[in-house]
Amino acid sequence: MGHLFELHDVHVADGDQQILRGVDLQVNERGITVVQGPSGSGKSTLLRLLNRLEVASSGSITFRGDDLMDLDPIELRRRVGMVFQRPTPFPGTVSDNLLAADPLLDDVGIAALMDRVGLPVDLVERDAMVLSGGEAQRMCMARTLATGCEVLLADECTSSLDAAATSAIEATARALAADGDTVVWVTHDEGQADRLADHRVRVEEGRVVD
Amino acid sequence: MSTDPSYLGLAASGVLVAVAVGISMWRHLGLERSILWASLRALVQLLVIGAALGLVIDPGQPIAFSWIWVAVMVGFAAWTTQRRASEVPGVLPLALMAYGASCLVSLGVLFGLSVFPVEGRTVVPLGGMVIGNSLAATVLVGRRIVGELADHRDEVEARLALGMTSAQAAHPFLRSAARTALTPQIETTKAVGVVFLPGAMVGLILAGTDPVEAVRVQVAVMYLVLGSVATTTTVVAIGVSRRLFTPDHRLVRDLRRSPD
Repeated sequence: MGHLFELHDVHVADGDQQILRGVDLQVNERGITVVQGPSGSGKSTLLRLLNRLEVASSGSITFRGDDLMDLDPIELRRRVGMVFQRPTPFPGTVSDNLLAADPLLDDVGIAALMDRVGLPVDLVERDAMVLSGGEAQRMCMARTLATGCEVLLADECTSSLDAAATSAIEATARALAADGDTVVWVTHDEGQADRLADHRVRVEEGRVVD
Repeated sequence: MSTDPSYLGLAASGVLVAVAVGISMWRHLGLERSILWASLRALVQLLVIGAALGLVIDPGQPIAFSWIWVAVMVGFAAWTTQRRASEVPGVLPLALMAYGASCLVSLGVLFGLSVFPVEGRTVVPLGGMVIGNSLAATVLVGRRIVGELADHRDEVEARLALGMTSAQAAHPFLRSAARTALTPQIETTKAVGVVFLPGAMVGLILAGTDPVEAVRVQVAVMYLVLGSVATTTTVVAIGVSRRLFTPDHRLVRDLRRSPD
Protein backbone atom coordinates (compact mmCIF):
# COMPACT_ATOMS: atom_id res chain seq x y z
CA MET A 1 0.00 0.00 0.00
CA GLY A 2 1.37 3.49 -0.92
CA HIS A 3 1.96 6.29 1.48
CA LEU A 4 0.14 9.57 1.11
CA PHE A 5 2.29 11.57 3.51
CA GLU A 6 5.79 10.68 4.64
CA LEU A 7 7.44 12.56 7.50
CA HIS A 8 11.14 12.19 8.22
CA ASP A 9 12.76 13.50 11.41
CA VAL A 10 10.28 16.39 11.68
CA HIS A 11 10.87 18.93 14.43
CA VAL A 12 8.63 21.88 15.28
CA ALA A 13 9.73 24.50 17.79
CA ASP A 14 7.98 27.57 19.13
CA GLY A 15 10.77 29.67 20.57
CA ASP A 16 12.48 27.49 23.16
CA GLN A 17 9.57 25.06 23.33
CA GLN A 18 9.93 21.85 21.31
CA ILE A 19 6.46 20.80 20.10
CA LEU A 20 7.52 17.91 17.84
CA ARG A 21 10.85 16.16 18.42
CA GLY A 22 11.89 14.11 15.43
CA VAL A 23 8.69 12.57 14.05
CA ASP A 24 8.97 9.77 11.50
CA LEU A 25 5.61 8.73 10.10
CA GLN A 26 3.89 7.34 7.02
CA VAL A 27 0.20 8.05 6.47
CA ASN A 28 -1.57 5.43 4.38
CA GLU A 29 -3.22 6.21 1.06
CA ARG A 30 -6.54 4.70 2.04
CA GLY A 31 -8.77 4.62 5.08
CA ILE A 32 -8.92 6.50 8.33
CA THR A 33 -5.68 7.11 10.20
CA VAL A 34 -6.40 8.05 13.80
CA VAL A 35 -3.80 10.11 15.64
CA GLN A 36 -4.12 9.71 19.41
CA GLY A 37 -2.35 11.23 22.34
CA PRO A 38 -2.83 13.31 25.46
CA SER A 39 -3.44 17.08 25.41
CA GLY A 40 -0.31 19.01 24.53
CA SER A 41 1.42 15.99 22.99
CA GLY A 42 1.76 17.71 19.59
CA LYS A 43 -0.91 15.80 17.66
CA SER A 44 -2.71 18.95 16.44
CA THR A 45 0.59 20.47 15.33
CA LEU A 46 1.34 17.24 13.47
CA LEU A 47 -2.01 17.53 11.67
CA ARG A 48 -1.53 21.21 10.84
CA LEU A 49 1.82 20.40 9.21
CA LEU A 50 0.00 18.35 6.59
CA ASN A 51 -1.76 21.36 5.02
CA ARG A 52 1.00 23.84 5.88
CA LEU A 53 -0.88 25.83 8.49
CA GLU A 54 2.36 25.05 10.34
CA VAL A 55 5.79 24.40 8.89
CA ALA A 56 8.49 22.19 10.30
CA SER A 57 11.58 23.75 11.87
CA SER A 58 13.57 20.87 10.37
CA GLY A 59 12.98 17.52 8.68
CA SER A 60 11.01 16.74 5.53
CA ILE A 61 7.40 16.02 4.63
CA THR A 62 6.21 14.67 1.30
CA PHE A 63 2.69 14.47 -0.14
CA ARG A 64 2.29 11.81 -2.85
CA GLY A 65 6.07 11.91 -3.21
CA ASP A 66 6.37 15.70 -3.60
CA ASP A 67 8.12 17.78 -0.95
CA LEU A 68 5.39 19.78 0.76
CA MET A 69 7.52 22.94 0.64
CA ASP A 70 7.69 22.69 -3.17
CA LEU A 71 3.89 22.72 -3.48
CA ASP A 72 1.78 25.85 -3.75
CA PRO A 73 0.17 26.14 -0.28
CA ILE A 74 -3.14 27.42 -1.69
CA GLU A 75 -3.41 24.46 -4.06
CA LEU A 76 -2.29 22.04 -1.33
CA ARG A 77 -5.02 23.26 1.05
CA ARG A 78 -7.68 22.71 -1.62
CA ARG A 79 -6.47 19.11 -1.86
CA VAL A 80 -5.93 18.59 1.88
CA GLY A 81 -8.99 20.00 3.67
CA MET A 82 -9.28 20.53 7.40
CA VAL A 83 -12.04 20.64 10.01
CA PHE A 84 -11.11 22.27 13.31
CA GLN A 85 -11.90 21.50 16.92
CA ARG A 86 -14.43 24.29 17.27
CA PRO A 87 -16.96 25.07 14.53
CA THR A 88 -15.96 28.19 12.58
CA PRO A 89 -19.09 29.41 10.80
CA PHE A 90 -18.55 32.53 8.68
CA PRO A 91 -21.12 35.35 8.88
CA GLY A 92 -23.97 34.76 6.40
CA THR A 93 -26.18 31.82 5.57
CA VAL A 94 -25.22 28.17 5.34
CA SER A 95 -25.35 28.58 1.58
CA ASP A 96 -22.96 31.57 1.77
CA ASN A 97 -20.56 29.42 3.78
CA LEU A 98 -20.53 26.66 1.17
CA LEU A 99 -20.14 29.19 -1.64
CA ALA A 100 -17.11 30.66 0.19
CA ALA A 101 -15.37 27.35 -0.49
CA ASP A 102 -16.66 26.97 -4.05
CA PRO A 103 -18.34 30.00 -5.64
CA LEU A 104 -19.45 27.86 -8.60
CA LEU A 105 -21.65 25.55 -6.53
CA ASP A 106 -25.22 25.28 -7.76
CA ASP A 107 -28.33 24.20 -5.83
CA VAL A 108 -27.78 20.54 -6.73
CA GLY A 109 -24.19 20.67 -5.49
CA ILE A 110 -25.23 22.37 -2.28
CA ALA A 111 -27.96 19.79 -1.66
CA ALA A 112 -25.47 16.96 -2.27
CA LEU A 113 -23.03 18.43 0.26
CA MET A 114 -25.77 18.86 2.86
CA ASP A 115 -26.75 15.23 2.31
CA ARG A 116 -23.15 14.01 2.71
CA VAL A 117 -22.94 15.50 6.19
CA GLY A 118 -26.48 14.54 7.21
CA LEU A 119 -27.95 18.05 7.31
CA PRO A 120 -31.47 18.76 6.00
CA VAL A 121 -31.32 20.82 2.81
CA ASP A 122 -33.86 23.32 4.12
CA LEU A 123 -31.14 24.66 6.44
CA VAL A 124 -29.29 26.27 3.54
CA GLU A 125 -30.88 29.67 3.98
CA ARG A 126 -30.46 29.62 7.78
CA ASP A 127 -28.08 32.13 9.36
CA ALA A 128 -24.92 30.08 10.00
CA MET A 129 -24.25 31.91 13.26
CA VAL A 130 -27.43 30.58 14.90
CA LEU A 131 -26.87 26.89 14.10
CA SER A 132 -26.41 24.48 16.98
CA GLY A 133 -22.83 23.30 17.63
CA GLY A 134 -23.45 19.99 15.87
CA GLU A 135 -25.14 21.60 12.87
CA ALA A 136 -22.38 24.21 12.60
CA GLN A 137 -19.63 21.58 12.68
CA ARG A 138 -21.37 19.50 10.03
CA MET A 139 -21.76 22.62 7.90
CA CYS A 140 -18.02 23.27 8.35
CA MET A 141 -17.31 19.74 7.19
CA ALA A 142 -19.57 20.27 4.15
CA ARG A 143 -17.74 23.54 3.46
CA THR A 144 -14.40 21.73 3.54
CA LEU A 145 -15.72 18.98 1.26
CA ALA A 146 -16.92 21.70 -1.16
CA THR A 147 -13.26 22.33 -2.04
CA GLY A 148 -13.16 18.86 -3.59
CA CYS A 149 -10.34 17.83 -1.27
CA GLU A 150 -8.87 14.33 -1.56
CA VAL A 151 -7.73 14.24 2.08
CA LEU A 152 -9.69 15.33 5.14
CA LEU A 153 -7.85 16.37 8.30
CA ALA A 154 -10.07 16.41 11.40
CA ASP A 155 -8.67 18.01 14.56
CA GLU A 156 -10.78 16.69 17.49
CA CYS A 157 -13.73 17.96 15.52
CA THR A 158 -16.36 16.20 17.64
CA SER A 159 -14.95 17.06 21.06
CA SER A 160 -17.60 19.69 21.78
CA LEU A 161 -20.54 17.89 20.18
CA ASP A 162 -23.36 15.69 21.46
CA ALA A 163 -23.62 12.00 20.62
CA ALA A 164 -25.98 12.45 17.66
CA ALA A 165 -23.81 15.08 15.96
CA THR A 166 -20.67 13.03 16.69
CA SER A 167 -22.28 9.98 15.15
CA ALA A 168 -23.28 11.92 12.00
CA ILE A 169 -19.75 13.30 11.55
CA GLU A 170 -18.16 9.89 12.12
CA ALA A 171 -20.54 8.44 9.51
CA THR A 172 -19.42 11.10 7.03
CA ALA A 173 -15.77 10.25 7.70
CA ARG A 174 -16.42 6.54 7.18
CA ALA A 175 -18.31 7.27 3.95
CA LEU A 176 -15.39 9.36 2.68
CA ALA A 177 -12.95 6.57 3.48
CA ALA A 178 -15.24 4.05 1.77
CA ASP A 179 -15.22 6.28 -1.34
CA GLY A 180 -11.42 6.05 -1.45
CA ASP A 181 -10.58 9.39 0.20
CA THR A 182 -8.10 9.62 3.05
CA VAL A 183 -9.02 10.82 6.52
CA VAL A 184 -6.53 11.76 9.22
CA TRP A 185 -8.44 12.05 12.47
CA VAL A 186 -7.02 13.46 15.69
CA THR A 187 -8.72 12.43 18.90
CA HIS A 188 -8.02 11.63 22.53
CA ASP A 189 -11.23 9.57 22.76
CA GLU A 190 -10.32 5.85 22.85
CA GLY A 191 -13.88 4.81 22.02
CA GLN A 192 -13.93 6.99 18.93
CA ALA A 193 -10.52 5.69 17.88
CA ASP A 194 -11.87 2.12 18.15
CA ARG A 195 -14.90 3.00 16.05
CA LEU A 196 -13.00 4.78 13.29
CA ALA A 197 -9.41 3.64 13.01
CA ASP A 198 -8.12 1.69 10.06
CA HIS A 199 -4.62 2.74 11.15
CA ARG A 200 -3.43 4.19 14.44
CA VAL A 201 -0.64 6.57 15.40
CA ARG A 202 0.15 7.50 18.98
CA VAL A 203 1.89 10.79 19.81
CA GLU A 204 3.39 11.50 23.23
CA GLU A 205 5.60 14.41 24.21
CA GLY A 206 6.21 15.37 20.60
CA ARG A 207 7.17 11.89 19.39
CA VAL A 208 5.37 9.09 17.57
CA VAL A 209 5.53 6.18 19.98
CA ASP A 210 3.94 3.38 17.94
CA MET B 1 -11.54 97.01 16.19
CA SER B 2 -9.00 94.23 15.63
CA THR B 3 -10.25 90.73 16.48
CA ASP B 4 -6.72 89.53 17.37
CA PRO B 5 -6.53 89.17 21.17
CA SER B 6 -3.74 91.20 22.78
CA TYR B 7 -1.48 89.58 25.39
CA LEU B 8 -3.67 91.32 27.95
CA GLY B 9 -6.73 89.71 26.30
CA LEU B 10 -4.97 86.36 26.31
CA ALA B 11 -4.33 86.74 30.03
CA ALA B 12 -7.98 87.67 30.52
CA SER B 13 -9.06 84.48 28.74
CA GLY B 14 -7.20 82.71 31.54
CA VAL B 15 -10.31 83.51 33.61
CA LEU B 16 -11.89 80.51 31.84
CA VAL B 17 -9.08 78.29 33.13
CA ALA B 18 -9.87 79.65 36.59
CA VAL B 19 -13.51 78.67 36.00
CA ALA B 20 -12.42 75.09 35.19
CA VAL B 21 -10.20 75.02 38.29
CA GLY B 22 -13.06 76.42 40.39
CA ILE B 23 -15.43 73.72 39.15
CA SER B 24 -12.84 71.05 39.92
CA MET B 25 -12.43 72.38 43.48
CA TRP B 26 -16.20 72.77 44.00
CA ARG B 27 -16.95 69.20 42.83
CA HIS B 28 -13.85 67.72 44.48
CA LEU B 29 -12.60 66.36 41.16
CA GLY B 30 -8.95 66.69 42.15
CA LEU B 31 -8.04 67.99 38.68
CA GLU B 32 -6.85 71.49 39.60
CA ARG B 33 -3.14 70.76 39.13
CA SER B 34 -3.78 68.88 35.86
CA ILE B 35 -5.89 71.71 34.46
CA LEU B 36 -3.30 74.35 35.37
CA TRP B 37 -0.42 72.24 34.07
CA ALA B 38 -2.22 71.45 30.79
CA SER B 39 -3.17 75.10 30.25
CA LEU B 40 0.34 76.36 30.96
CA ARG B 41 1.99 73.64 28.89
CA ALA B 42 -0.30 74.34 25.91
CA LEU B 43 0.50 78.06 26.14
CA VAL B 44 4.27 77.52 26.21
CA GLN B 45 4.22 74.87 23.47
CA LEU B 46 2.13 77.02 21.16
CA LEU B 47 4.18 80.15 21.80
CA VAL B 48 7.37 78.24 20.98
CA ILE B 49 5.81 76.64 17.91
CA GLY B 50 4.35 79.99 16.84
CA ALA B 51 7.75 81.65 17.08
CA ALA B 52 9.47 78.81 15.20
CA LEU B 53 6.71 78.73 12.61
CA GLY B 54 7.07 82.47 12.14
CA LEU B 55 10.71 81.95 11.20
CA VAL B 56 10.08 78.96 8.92
CA ILE B 57 7.15 80.28 6.94
CA ASP B 58 8.52 83.76 6.55
CA PRO B 59 8.29 84.59 2.82
CA GLY B 60 11.98 85.46 2.89
CA GLN B 61 12.95 81.91 3.91
CA PRO B 62 13.47 79.06 1.40
CA ILE B 63 10.39 76.85 0.96
CA ALA B 64 12.63 73.85 1.74
CA PHE B 65 12.47 74.83 5.43
CA SER B 66 8.71 74.30 5.35
CA TRP B 67 9.07 70.88 3.76
CA ILE B 68 11.66 69.94 6.38
CA TRP B 69 9.14 70.97 9.04
CA VAL B 70 6.55 68.64 7.43
CA ALA B 71 9.10 65.81 7.33
CA VAL B 72 9.80 66.30 11.05
CA MET B 73 6.04 66.17 11.75
CA VAL B 74 5.82 62.90 9.78
CA GLY B 75 8.65 61.43 11.87
CA PHE B 76 7.15 62.59 15.15
CA ALA B 77 3.70 61.26 14.22
CA ALA B 78 5.21 57.89 13.27
CA TRP B 79 7.04 57.73 16.61
CA THR B 80 3.81 58.60 18.46
CA THR B 81 1.98 55.90 16.52
CA GLN B 82 4.61 53.36 17.51
CA ARG B 83 4.19 54.26 21.19
CA ARG B 84 0.41 54.03 21.05
CA ALA B 85 0.22 50.85 18.98
CA SER B 86 3.26 48.92 20.16
CA GLU B 87 1.59 45.54 19.57
CA VAL B 88 1.47 46.19 15.81
CA PRO B 89 4.55 44.56 14.25
CA GLY B 90 6.79 46.91 12.26
CA VAL B 91 4.50 49.85 12.91
CA LEU B 92 7.22 52.54 12.74
CA PRO B 93 8.22 52.11 9.08
CA LEU B 94 4.58 51.50 8.18
CA ALA B 95 3.43 54.70 9.86
CA LEU B 96 6.27 56.64 8.21
CA MET B 97 5.15 55.26 4.86
CA ALA B 98 1.48 55.97 5.59
CA TYR B 99 1.96 59.59 6.67
CA GLY B 100 4.42 60.15 3.85
CA ALA B 101 2.00 58.72 1.28
CA SER B 102 -0.83 60.74 2.75
CA CYS B 103 1.12 64.00 2.51
CA LEU B 104 2.19 63.12 -1.01
CA VAL B 105 -1.35 62.37 -2.20
CA SER B 106 -3.25 65.06 -0.32
CA LEU B 107 -0.80 67.92 -0.68
CA GLY B 108 -0.01 66.77 -4.22
CA VAL B 109 -3.66 67.19 -5.17
CA LEU B 110 -4.14 70.53 -3.40
CA PHE B 111 -0.93 72.07 -4.72
CA GLY B 112 -0.94 70.25 -8.06
CA LEU B 113 -4.41 71.55 -8.86
CA SER B 114 -3.48 75.01 -7.52
CA VAL B 115 -6.15 74.93 -4.81
CA PHE B 116 -3.57 76.63 -2.57
CA PRO B 117 -0.28 78.29 -3.58
CA VAL B 118 2.92 76.48 -2.56
CA GLU B 119 4.15 78.78 0.20
CA GLY B 120 5.44 78.29 3.71
CA ARG B 121 2.17 79.56 5.18
CA THR B 122 0.23 76.84 3.31
CA VAL B 123 2.69 73.90 3.29
CA VAL B 124 3.22 73.68 7.05
CA PRO B 125 -0.40 74.15 8.25
CA LEU B 126 -1.84 71.84 5.60
CA GLY B 127 0.83 69.22 6.30
CA GLY B 128 -0.08 69.52 9.97
CA MET B 129 -3.77 68.99 9.17
CA VAL B 130 -2.95 65.87 7.12
CA ILE B 131 -0.77 64.32 9.81
CA GLY B 132 -2.60 65.46 12.93
CA ASN B 133 -5.99 64.30 11.73
CA SER B 134 -4.68 60.96 10.49
CA LEU B 135 -2.92 60.02 13.72
CA ALA B 136 -5.89 58.70 15.69
CA ALA B 137 -7.28 56.76 12.73
CA THR B 138 -3.86 55.24 11.99
CA VAL B 139 -3.40 54.02 15.56
CA LEU B 140 -6.97 52.73 15.63
CA VAL B 141 -6.77 50.79 12.37
CA GLY B 142 -3.45 49.16 13.29
CA ARG B 143 -4.58 48.08 16.75
CA ARG B 144 -7.96 46.99 15.47
CA ILE B 145 -6.53 44.72 12.76
CA VAL B 146 -4.21 42.99 15.21
CA GLY B 147 -7.10 42.61 17.68
CA GLU B 148 -9.54 41.31 15.07
CA LEU B 149 -7.12 38.74 13.68
CA ALA B 150 -6.10 37.60 17.18
CA ASP B 151 -9.73 37.33 18.31
CA HIS B 152 -10.84 35.54 15.13
CA ARG B 153 -7.79 33.35 14.66
CA ASP B 154 -9.96 30.22 14.25
CA GLU B 155 -12.04 31.81 11.51
CA VAL B 156 -9.00 33.21 9.71
CA GLU B 157 -7.31 29.81 9.73
CA ALA B 158 -10.53 28.13 8.58
CA ARG B 159 -10.53 30.50 5.60
CA LEU B 160 -6.84 29.75 4.89
CA ALA B 161 -7.57 26.02 5.16
CA LEU B 162 -10.16 26.40 2.38
CA GLY B 163 -7.37 27.58 0.08
CA MET B 164 -7.95 31.31 0.42
CA THR B 165 -4.97 33.63 0.13
CA SER B 166 -3.99 35.59 3.22
CA ALA B 167 -5.46 38.74 1.62
CA GLN B 168 -8.80 36.95 1.08
CA ALA B 169 -8.77 35.46 4.57
CA ALA B 170 -8.02 38.82 6.19
CA HIS B 171 -10.40 40.86 4.05
CA PRO B 172 -13.50 40.81 6.33
CA PHE B 173 -11.37 41.92 9.29
CA LEU B 174 -9.51 44.61 7.36
CA ARG B 175 -12.81 45.92 6.10
CA SER B 176 -14.24 46.07 9.60
CA ALA B 177 -11.13 47.82 10.99
CA ALA B 178 -10.97 50.35 8.14
CA ARG B 179 -14.67 51.15 8.51
CA THR B 180 -14.22 51.68 12.26
CA ALA B 181 -11.29 54.03 11.68
CA LEU B 182 -12.91 56.02 8.86
CA THR B 183 -16.46 56.32 10.20
CA PRO B 184 -15.74 59.06 12.78
CA GLN B 185 -14.20 61.25 10.08
CA ILE B 186 -17.16 60.67 7.78
CA GLU B 187 -19.59 61.50 10.60
CA THR B 188 -17.61 64.66 11.41
CA THR B 189 -17.73 65.67 7.77
CA LYS B 190 -21.51 65.16 7.73
CA ALA B 191 -22.07 67.17 10.91
CA VAL B 192 -19.88 70.12 9.97
CA GLY B 193 -21.73 73.43 9.87
CA VAL B 194 -24.82 71.91 11.46
CA VAL B 195 -23.58 70.55 14.77
CA PHE B 196 -20.31 72.50 15.03
CA LEU B 197 -18.19 75.08 13.22
CA PRO B 198 -14.74 73.71 12.43
CA GLY B 199 -11.60 75.29 13.84
CA ALA B 200 -10.03 76.57 10.61
CA MET B 201 -13.22 78.36 9.63
CA VAL B 202 -13.74 79.86 13.07
CA GLY B 203 -10.12 81.04 13.10
CA LEU B 204 -10.47 82.73 9.72
CA ILE B 205 -13.73 84.43 10.64
CA LEU B 206 -12.24 85.65 13.92
CA ALA B 207 -9.27 86.99 11.95
CA GLY B 208 -11.69 89.03 9.84
CA THR B 209 -11.99 86.87 6.70
CA ASP B 210 -15.28 86.95 4.81
CA PRO B 211 -17.34 83.91 6.01
CA VAL B 212 -17.92 82.63 2.46
CA GLU B 213 -14.20 82.72 1.79
CA ALA B 214 -13.62 80.99 5.14
CA VAL B 215 -16.07 78.28 4.08
CA ARG B 216 -14.18 77.71 0.82
CA VAL B 217 -10.94 77.20 2.73
CA GLN B 218 -12.66 74.99 5.28
CA VAL B 219 -14.24 72.75 2.65
CA ALA B 220 -10.88 72.27 0.95
CA VAL B 221 -9.29 71.45 4.33
CA MET B 222 -12.11 69.05 5.19
CA TYR B 223 -11.70 67.14 1.95
CA LEU B 224 -7.95 67.15 2.55
CA VAL B 225 -8.48 65.55 5.95
CA LEU B 226 -10.92 62.96 4.60
CA GLY B 227 -8.51 61.99 1.81
CA SER B 228 -5.59 61.86 4.24
CA VAL B 229 -7.36 59.63 6.74
CA ALA B 230 -8.47 57.28 3.96
CA THR B 231 -4.91 57.09 2.58
CA THR B 232 -3.16 56.47 5.90
CA THR B 233 -5.68 53.87 7.07
CA THR B 234 -5.43 52.01 3.76
CA VAL B 235 -1.62 51.98 3.77
CA VAL B 236 -1.51 50.85 7.40
CA ALA B 237 -4.27 48.25 6.96
CA ILE B 238 -2.57 46.63 3.96
CA GLY B 239 0.88 46.87 5.54
CA VAL B 240 -0.14 45.45 8.91
CA SER B 241 -2.06 42.56 7.41
CA ARG B 242 0.97 41.64 5.27
CA ARG B 243 3.14 41.55 8.37
CA LEU B 244 0.70 39.28 10.20
CA PHE B 245 0.90 36.59 7.53
CA THR B 246 3.87 34.71 6.16
CA PRO B 247 4.56 34.69 2.41
CA ASP B 248 3.12 31.13 2.29
CA HIS B 249 -0.23 32.34 3.68
CA ARG B 250 0.01 31.36 7.34
CA LEU B 251 -1.09 33.55 10.20
CA VAL B 252 1.95 34.33 12.37
CA ARG B 253 2.01 32.20 15.49
CA ASP B 254 2.82 34.83 18.11
CA LEU B 255 -0.04 37.18 17.27
CA ARG B 256 -0.98 38.79 20.55
CA ARG B 257 -3.65 41.29 21.38
CA SER B 258 -2.44 43.93 23.81
CA PRO B 259 -4.72 44.96 26.67
CA ASP B 260 -6.82 48.03 25.82
